Amino acid sequence: MSQALDEIKIGGLGASRKRVEDNRFLRGKGNYVDDIVLPGMLHMEILRSPLAHARIRSVDASKAWDIPGVRLVLTGEMMATRNLAWMPTLSYDTQAVLATDKVRFQGQEVACVIADDPYIAKDACEAIVVDYEPLPVIVNPTQAMAEGAPLIRDDKENQHDNVVYDWEVGDKAGTDAAFARADRVSSLELHYPRSHPSPLECCGSIADFDRSTSKLTVYMTTQAPHIIRAAVSMVAELPEHMIRIVSPDLGGGFGNKVPVYPGYVASILASILLERPVKWIEDKSGNLISTGFGRDVYLQGELALRNDGKILAVRMHTDADHGAFFSDAQPSKFKIGLMHSAFACYDIPYAHLTARGMYTNKAPGGVAYRCSLRVTEAMYFQERMVQAAADDLGIDQAEFRRLNFVRDDDFPHRTPFGFLTDSGQYGKCLDVGLQAVGYENFLKQKEEAKKRGRLLGIGISTMTEPLGAGNSREYDILGIKMFDSAELRVHMSGKAILRTGAKTQGQGHETTWAQIVSHELGIPAEDIVVEEGDTDTAPFGMGTYASRSTPVAGAAVAMVSRKIRAKARKLAAHLLEVSEEDVEWELGRFYVRSARDRGVTIQECAMAAYSNMPDGMEPGLENNAYYDPPNLTWPFACYIVTVEVDPQTGVWDVLNVVAVDDCGVRINPMIVEGQIMGGLTEAYAMASMQFITFDAEGNCVGSNYMDYLLPTAWETPGFELHEVVTPCPHHPIGAKGVGECATVGGPAAFVNAVMDALKGTGVRNIDMPLLADRVYEALTLRHDVSGAPPVKTDDA
Amino acid sequence: MYPSRFRYEAPQSLDHAINLLHEGAGEAKVLAGGQSLIPLLKLRFAAPELLVDINNISGLDYHRFEADGTMRVGALCRHAALERSSILASRAPTMAAAAPLIADPIVRNRGTLVGSLCHADPQGDWASVVTALGGHVVALGPDGRRAIPITEFVSGPFQNVLAIDEIAVEAVIPAPKGNAAGGYLKLERRVGDFATVGVAVAIDTSGNQVTRAGIALTGVGGTTIEAAGAGQALVGRPLTADTIERAANLAAEAAKPRTDHRGSAEYKRHIVHTFVTRILNRVTETADKAA
Ligand SMILES: Cc1cc2nc3c(=O)[nH]c(=O)nc-3n(C[C@H](O)[C@H](O)[C@H](O)COP(=O)(O)OP(=O)(O)OC[C@H]3O[C@@H](n4cnc5c(N)ncnc54)[C@H](O)[C@@H]3O)c2cc1C
Repeated sequence: MSQALDEIKIGGLGASRKRVEDNRFLRGKGNYVDDIVLPGMLHMEILRSPLAHARIRSVDASKAWDIPGVRLVLTGEMMATRNLAWMPTLSYDTQAVLATDKVRFQGQEVACVIADDPYIAKDACEAIVVDYEPLPVIVNPTQAMAEGAPLIRDDKENQHDNVVYDWEVGDKAGTDAAFARADRVSSLELHYPRSHPSPLECCGSIADFDRSTSKLTVYMTTQAPHIIRAAVSMVAELPEHMIRIVSPDLGGGFGNKVPVYPGYVASILASILLERPVKWIEDKSGNLISTGFGRDVYLQGELALRNDGKILAVRMHTDADHGAFFSDAQPSKFKIGLMHSAFACYDIPYAHLTARGMYTNKAPGGVAYRCSLRVTEAMYFQERMVQAAADDLGIDQAEFRRLNFVRDDDFPHRTPFGFLTDSGQYGKCLDVGLQAVGYENFLKQKEEAKKRGRLLGIGISTMTEPLGAGNSREYDILGIKMFDSAELRVHMSGKAILRTGAKTQGQGHETTWAQIVSHELGIPAEDIVVEEGDTDTAPFGMGTYASRSTPVAGAAVAMVSRKIRAKARKLAAHLLEVSEEDVEWELGRFYVRSARDRGVTIQECAMAAYSNMPDGMEPGLENNAYYDPPNLTWPFACYIVTVEVDPQTGVWDVLNVVAVDDCGVRINPMIVEGQIMGGLTEAYAMASMQFITFDAEGNCVGSNYMDYLLPTAWETPGFELHEVVTPCPHHPIGAKGVGECATVGGPAAFVNAVMDALKGTGVRNIDMPLLADRVYEALTLRHDVSGAPPVKTDDA
Repeated sequence: MYPSRFRYEAPQSLDHAINLLHEGAGEAKVLAGGQSLIPLLKLRFAAPELLVDINNISGLDYHRFEADGTMRVGALCRHAALERSSILASRAPTMAAAAPLIADPIVRNRGTLVGSLCHADPQGDWASVVTALGGHVVALGPDGRRAIPITEFVSGPFQNVLAIDEIAVEAVIPAPKGNAAGGYLKLERRVGDFATVGVAVAIDTSGNQVTRAGIALTGVGGTTIEAAGAGQALVGRPLTADTIERAANLAAEAAKPRTDHRGSAEYKRHIVHTFVTRILNRVTETADKAA
């Protein structure tokens, strides 16, 4: 009778279970915001500013009102009468909902039309006449800091320049002293260009205010429904219990769907005014030019080195371009996210970071684009600086890393910026990677090729990154602590529904969360439904971004399952007529310690919870758990890329990509591998083509997919994946975050590979993206190619 | 997509289509593959009153060689059909090289060569190919047919010389004078991107002499550029390192690139040079192998 359950067969921990959500996605049966149609629904379109910086003299919407089928035209002036022209951002700044005084970036929301159908709404937007007085435009931090630069945020009292913040962290005195002692200083200036998360599905909402119940329901594209509920309650001054946010299927998020956007707010106001559902669906250009971007940070970095290869100290200064409003979605305490997680995998005694943020006439919202809050920039800067330092010292780049890694027996390790890393096998990951790529052999090949005029290169990127904010002591958003939650209801037949405060957007929570429950309770994964995204039913949580779901919500899933198991144990004791102490657990089953054959399954316990509970026991089998992680999780990754550069064109081809990821215990290895491949694709994209830039007038070059380049299956290289497993010491099932590792650590490997191919030419750096013309320029003119790819013209 | 309002007609004959265009009095547009027109409608850069969809007209999807070696491509012959064509692969090397480089496979399933010529995008690949091959477009209107050399057909960026009630019914490539050789190379930032630089080279050879040569450039000027001098430099001579270098230099000189976010003018000119050289070197290598 007592055949132990096979955990892999029931879809538990470690099972490469096919994603259950794919059943509907692959059949075109997903339910996205735009699929939802409500009776009497109206459609909203946004009129956006064609100019990057201009005073608004007047907005004349009379012609729009005249078009049959137009129900409402919202302008900044109308919003202002309701105190809604401005809204708070997630970084304690304010952002215009609809412009009143000035427009501050191209694509800024100026007016909204609500009409019977989207065609009419669009026609009416074109009929609105806005009189603009153009103002001088600022498109980068240097211009923002220049003497006499126009003041972008003249709406803010006490704002006399374009500086958002000046911030620092680390030990300045110790760092300075270490630099004074150094044999050598290796310095590098880098730019991480502005990019856009560009989820397949753009942002959108359907606001449905019901006067008879006073309830506002908003279906919307959000990665963090509960935060949105709090924000809407604040902004729209509605009581929280009368707001229901529903985030249905999301077509990707990548951080883009964390902020509150003007379109959401306008659709809500329109629904309240019109008492009808109002749908707003952003188009691709609207999404690319106005919503949360990623990166756009300049670095001045220095490493203090000893001749034997030891790094003594690191000094970094970053200038970040935040656009017109400071609306980064990030923990309140840190102004430049977790930039100071840089160099966490290296044993460096001293570090100091200064960071400055600037307003410019570009779209706001430095979101964590598949990134744990500026960690992508941190690791890119780190790994480019490490490669340059190894070259400066004439030490092999792999050896240099090994020399400086935190050792396996050195955990927990306090980084010079104050983080606590707790686990890892850095050297082993590097070895696995070097072996897989055939390092020594490639170096020989490279030398051979060089003799024949061919340029081969190899790039390495190794890093550990902090994933899974919180802990609540240090991480909050607008004062709300960054914990997360899960609620589990086991029905009488032993089937269950699980809800969490996270929100899947492609990561496969519906699959993996069930696997965690399955691991803890022995209920087959297919017997568990996972539901997220409805604030009326899901427990309060901070949502999904920054690779926090598995570290935080996933931990809550394990913890709530354990609570259920604790109650089931009491039920088992009752059913088995023994005392609780005599009951033992194995996957899916309690048994009597002294008689293994005498047992009850978890399903039998569930039935008893509704039909045969002991006297005095509360009926039912459900519970919830709020999880506040003791620390971040620290996955480690080693990415190695080999390339060949065509010296005549600057075109480079990827020969090989090897990825070694240590993300602790893997819940669903197939999903983890999917995440890594997706991340590597984005890393390749970032390194080779993907960026948004602006011309001198602030026109966004990259407002559509012909100009904003996303890689396709044709040019994306293949990836060879390897794993090392160092369980997370504090996570209930030993898992670490992984969703972003490859996006974060990958770009430097590609860039380092191209730079390695150019070694010996005197070129120290080419900033991303490494478009062929930039590589060719560096190669032929033997100079660095730096900064955002300028929109050059013949006239300039 | 939410374009401006328009009327839509899908006639089943060329006569009917021409009548509709005539009625449209300049406010009508032909819809072929839609791969350029639909994006323009979507962005509301174009707002025609009438769309005349020619996709229901039968007998326009051909591409074939005449007995004398002339090649004809009908108005509804898709890029994909040319990409998969075995006769193209064996007899029209320049076209065969270009077909798989147009856009991406999805666009190639719908877009047409003739539509691409009509669209007259300076970054369109087919115009260079047809120019290098010395082809022409056949237009049909109320007054009948006329043949328009490709170099006259394109009158400026996004402009052609068709009358408002004319339809381009086919593109015609003249029979080669000898062995057809050549190629097309394109520098793009990723698959599906328009050319930063595209180079079409079409040469006919007899013995080791070049009997006819055409070189045309994509993306390096306000319109497709015919590097006539570069082609002329090869005619009556064998392909040697010297003649190739001369042609490459002349082609680079003929280019009128602008510096933009795809690269500097200098870089693009250099790529023209590199590509002409590479295509002609490959032609000589293939000839050497065959010999
Ligand atoms: C994502 C994407 C990438 C692309 N990349 C490339 C590329 O790399 N290289 C490239 O060359 N092209 C590229 N294109 C354009 C593509 O090749 C188009 O198919 C082609 O330019 C137009 O052909 P069509 O049949 O689709 O024409 P349509 O879009 O239907 O029409 C284009 C124009 O020509 C007119 N027209 C069409 N047919 C006729 C006719 N028979 N008579 C008179 N007028 C006519 C139309 O009225 C319209 O003005 C790309 C397009 C897309 C969407």
